[in-house]
Parts: sequence; structure tokens; C-alpha cells
Amino acid sequence: MLRFVARRLVWMVITLAAISFVTFVVIKLPPGDYTTTVIANAEARGQDIPDSQIAELKRHYGLDKPFIVQYLTWIKGVVLHGDLGQSFAWNQSVASLIGNRVLLSMVLSIASLLFVWAIAFPIGIYSALRQYSGGDYLASFLGFIGMAVPEFMLALVMMYIGFRYFGQSVGGLFSPEYADAAWNLGKLLDLISHLWVPIVVVGVAGTAGLIRITRANLLDELHKPYVATARAKGLPEWKLLLKYPVRMSLSPFFSTVGWLLPGLISGETIVSVVMSLPTSGPLLLGAVKSQDMYLVGSFVLILSTLTVIGTMLSDLALAWWDPRIRTRFQKG
Amino acid sequence: MVQQTEAIAPDTQHETPQEVVKSLRDHGALPQWRLMWRQFRRHRLALIGLIVLIPIYFMAIFAGFFAPSSADTAHTALPYAPPQRVHVSAEHGMFVYGYSSTRNQETFEQTFTVDKSKIVDVGWFVRGDEYSILGPIKSNIHLIGPTKAGEAFFLVGSDQSGRDLLSRLIHGARVSLSIGLVGVFASFLLGMLIGGISGYVGGRVDNIIQRIIEFIMSVPTLPLWMALSAALPGSWGPLTRYFAITVILSLIGWTGLARDVRGRFLSLREEDFVMAARLDGVGRTGIIFGHMVPSFASHIIASISMAVPRMILAETSLSFLGLGLQPPAVSWGVLLEGAQNIRAVATAPWLLTPGLAVVVVVLAMNFVGDGLRDAADPYK
Repeated sequence: MLRFVARRLVWMVITLAAISFVTFVVIKLPPGDYTTTVIANAEARGQDIPDSQIAELKRHYGLDKPFIVQYLTWIKGVVLHGDLGQSFAWNQSVASLIGNRVLLSMVLSIASLLFVWAIAFPIGIYSALRQYSGGDYLASFLGFIGMAVPEFMLALVMMYIGFRYFGQSVGGLFSPEYADAAWNLGKLLDLISHLWVPIVVVGVAGTAGLIRITRANLLDELHKPYVATARAKGLPEWKLLLKYPVRMSLSPFFSTVGWLLPGLISGETIVSVVMSLPTSGPLLLGAVKSQDMYLVGSFVLILSTLTVIGTMLSDLALAWWDPRIRTRFQKG
Repeated sequence: MVQQTEAIAPDTQHETPQEVVKSLRDHGALPQWRLMWRQFRRHRLALIGLIVLIPIYFMAIFAGFFAPSSADTAHTALPYAPPQRVHVSAEHGMFVYGYSSTRNQETFEQTFTVDKSKIVDVGWFVRGDEYSILGPIKSNIHLIGPTKAGEAFFLVGSDQSGRDLLSRLIHGARVSLSIGLVGVFASFLLGMLIGGISGYVGGRVDNIIQRIIEFIMSVPTLPLWMALSAALPGSWGPLTRYFAITVILSLIGWTGLARDVRGRFLSLREEDFVMAARLDGVGRTGIIFGHMVPSFASHIIASISMAVPRMILAETSLSFLGLGLQPPAVSWGVLLEGAQNIRAVATAPWLLTPGLAVVVVVLAMNFVGDGLRDAADPYK
């Protein structure tokens, strides 16, 4: 088991190095750099920036150095000092700019994950046990709809309903009186009362997918011989179901984290833009549009890191949950 | 009692042993696609999905004819005009009422009311904006529209510049519906090639490819898409941009398909018929394309059909954020960008109709994909 963890850790570090490099390449893809944005902005205001000043700006931000040097400088700062670099547009250190936002993004994503699990598993299990019942058809139908509705559309409709019929804006995560206040119980409760709308919106698509997976898995298990054996031995039906096939079908509970989490983070990003939540989404969109490269790079790096860690934790949890997978790990 | 036996009688007659043998022989003689179609027809939702999709694609191909006006014809005096209802009367035939607008002196908000004194005659096959069908053929006949060209005719309302939303919806369908197909074709090529190599060669190559796929899958897609599409130069024309977006979407979309192909290759490699072909002296390419590919082609078609709606959703999301296609290009995502502001949606809820179109199409495609997946294995 220890060897498995060690190997996964090594692999994780390699993955992260690759992600950081790819991110950097992507940021550097567009022709021009941040100074292009500065020049464009100045021209829009009708000003003219002298070439010497642009050269000075480039030197200041290190944009005149070769690509690989820029990358190494950045990654050295990240690894050695935890310094993510400077945001050009905000003229602040990236860390101070995104700390809270990434935290809120993670809170939102993890809360959505829990929501997805809490809704999808009972429904999926019910659907499989009562296959072709009215409830099963209803769940399948709602599941299909959930997969077909884009997250931002759902967010817009929720906001429209809130605006139209309840006369309140459901955007944001805090009421105005708490927005700038320090953390206390009132603010926490306020956050929770606002958070459920985005959680539901972000989680719907994942829920729909997971219901179908759970249902299909459990249906496969239900017809296996060991179920018949247990039944023949006279085990009470509920005990038999819960102890064997349901347990087996719950493996996706852990193994889905790997693909569910990136999806939830993507969903969170777009929903936050629509509902103007103070998470990473809106800031990331702005940074992407203005080529604020260290800000974009740090976002993608942090979100990917958290995803990769989450995936690894879920692999470990899966090994703990499913004895078949555990033995495979111990052998390999 | 008597009635029952009568009802059963034709059936029992039909199932004489000879008949059963004959029907089994038919079953075996049918080509695979016929068997798949048989199975597919049994999936009622998939059939409904197909029936919904075909007219929509037809409409997208002949968008100029089905749309009452061109995508850019604007009635600047009528922004956010509400949908009109078509009335029929003996006196006027088919007609809609015009608008009269009042401006609130304090908020400067424009409100529209139905003006029953203004009557706009509506007819079938009327002449209006010129458009071209399939390239060279030019025409100006529209399926439905105002008989006097240039009158306002908004069946689902107008947008912020007073353009007919229905026309824009129909024109936008071309991009939205084709981007999924083009993108899936690109990821299909990548996925088949890379997944095939991975599964057939195996060993170290397989290991490396699998790690790369896992790596791509572990990156949250939307931030990456955002970064990639922001990297597209703004000077690119709509067509170049369209292809760039499809490439970006398929760069990430191929991974699932590659895994699928690899899995099939791995399991087929051990099958008896592959061994038989090898012992028979069939070459490597012969085995792959003559025996292995045909046997999993139907599965690949099924998983491709599930990938198309995902691409459509992705394009819509990107364009909605302003990172995908840019106006003047029209796609459902571009149209929805106008609905980004909750105040705009509150005054003109019909701006959300492109979203409804997305939901209907994606739903129908998911049903068809589900049916195809069930039908992919007709011998089961």
C-alpha cells in the first residue's frame, strides 16, 4: 500500500510539472503580451505610449527574456517561495488576489460534490431495484434533462425566477451587509443561505450522470450468482442488498471523483460568471481576456493541483472501500 | 373463452417449427445495420429523438428559406419587442398586430403594447431578404413572413438591436449544429489513431499514451478552453475562428474516444477470430481493418453520437462567455450572450429561447445516442 501511495505521489508531481508547463505555453500562445493590452488601452483613451516606456515595462515584468527563462523564473518562485508572481492588471501579488476566491471555489465544488452524491446514489439505487417502475422512468427522464441543460442556462433561469417572483437577486454569495464584514457566525449562516442555489445549479449535470452510472452498475451486480446464493441461504432481502450488490455498486462513489471534480470546477467557473459569485470564475475570465498571464497560469495551476490531489485521495479511498482493487494494488 | 383462442390462433399458427427456423435463418442473414435498425426502433425515446432532429437539421441547411428574414436585418426602433401572435380572420387572412411603444419619462425604459390598429399581413412563400441556398443558388422566397417586405415580424420577439430572434435562431443553428459534427470528426480521427496504436501495440507505448490521456482528463476543461480560445487572435475571420474553436474542443474531446477504442482493441486481441486470422496468414493491417475495426465500429458510432451533444454544449458555453465565436457570426451561444445580463432577461425573457433550442437538441441527441448504444450489439 505504501509503495502504491509513493508511486502515485511521484506521478502526481510529474503531472503537475507538465500542467504548469502546458499552462505557461498556452498563456504565451497569443501574439503579443501584456504590454499589447496596455498599449491598446492607452490608444482607446487617445494616448500614445513612447517606445522607451514600453521597453521599460517589458524589462520590469521580465517579458523581454526568452520563453524558457520566464517559465523557470515563475516556477522557481512558486516552488521555493510559494510566490505565484504579480498580476499585471491588478498590480498586486497573485496570491493575495486569488487566495479567498480559490478557497470559495473549492468550498463550492466540494459542496456540489457532496450534493451530487447525496442525491444521485439513493435515486440510482432506487432506480435499479425498481427497474421500469414509474419512479425509475421519472428519474431517467429528469436525469436526461439534467444532462441536456447547460449550467449557465440553469443559473439564468434560477436568477430569473428569483428576480421575477421573489423580488430578490440570487446572485452573489453574501448579503450586502456581510459582504465586507469579517468572518463571524452571522456571515457564515448568510453564506450558507446563499450557497445552495449555485450548489444545486453546479451539481445538476453531475447528478444526472451519476444516477445513470449507479443504476447501470447495480443492475449488473443484481444478476450475479452471488446474489442468488445469498438469497438461497435465506438472508433477509434488505440486508443482502445493502451488504453485497449495493456495496459493489458504490465504487463510483470514489472512482468518479477523478472525472466529477474537473467537471464541477468547470461548471463552477461558468456559473460564478453568470451569478457574479466572488469565486475564481469571474476573475479568471477577466484575466484570460486581458492576457494577465501569471494570474491565468496560477489559476489553472491551482485548480489542476487541487483536482489531481482530489483524484488521488479518491483512489486511496477506493482501495480502502473495494477489496478487489486493494489486492490488485498490493500485487502491482 | 372462445374469443381468446381466436385471438391466439394466428400466433400459434405462425410459430410452427419451420417458421421459427426460417425466421432465425432470416435473422442470421440480415446485414448488421438492419439488425441495429431493428433494435434501435424498439427504443421509443431514441426514435422520437431522431424524428425531432431530422427537421431541425433540415431547417438549418435551408436556413435562408425557413427564416423570415436575414440574421442581421434590424428594426432599430423596436429593441426587445415581445413576441407576436399570428391571428387569422376572414377579413385579413393571416396577420399579426403591430407595436406601439411608449417611453417611460423617468427610467427611459421602452415598453411595447399590441396596437390593434396596425395590421401586418402575413403570408406563405413571401419575398423578402435575399439569401443563397447551398452556395450559388440565390433566392428571396421565405416560407413565412410579412407580405410587404421590411415590416416587423417577430414570432419569438426581437433582441437588443431589434433583430428577429426567430431568424437569428434558425441561422445560428447552422453553426451550433455543425460544430458538434465537425469537432467530433476531428476527435474521432485523433481518438481512433491514438487509441488504436495504444491498444494494438500495447506495452510501453500503451503506458505512455494512457498517462498522457489521464493527464489531459485531470485538467479542468473550462479554464483550459478559456485560456486557449483567448489565445486566438482577434483579427481572425469568423470562418477561421469557427475551425479554431472546433480544434480546441476536439483537442480535449478525443481522450474518451481513444480510451474506448483502446479497450476494444485490448479485448479483441484475445478473441479467437483474431487468432484464426493471424494463423491464416493475414497481415497486421488486414487484421486491424478487415476484422477488428468492423467488429467494434458500431460501439464507436454509439460513443461518437454521445460526444456530439457534449461539443454543442461546450461551444455554447464558450460563446456565452464571449470566448467562442464572436458577432457578427451567429450561433446559439452567441445569441445567449445577449441574455447574460439578468436585467435584460427580466425585461425580455424570450432571449432565453436559444437556450431552449440547445436543451431540445441535446436531449434528442442523448436519446438517439442511448438508442444507438443499445442497438450497437444486436446479437445480445
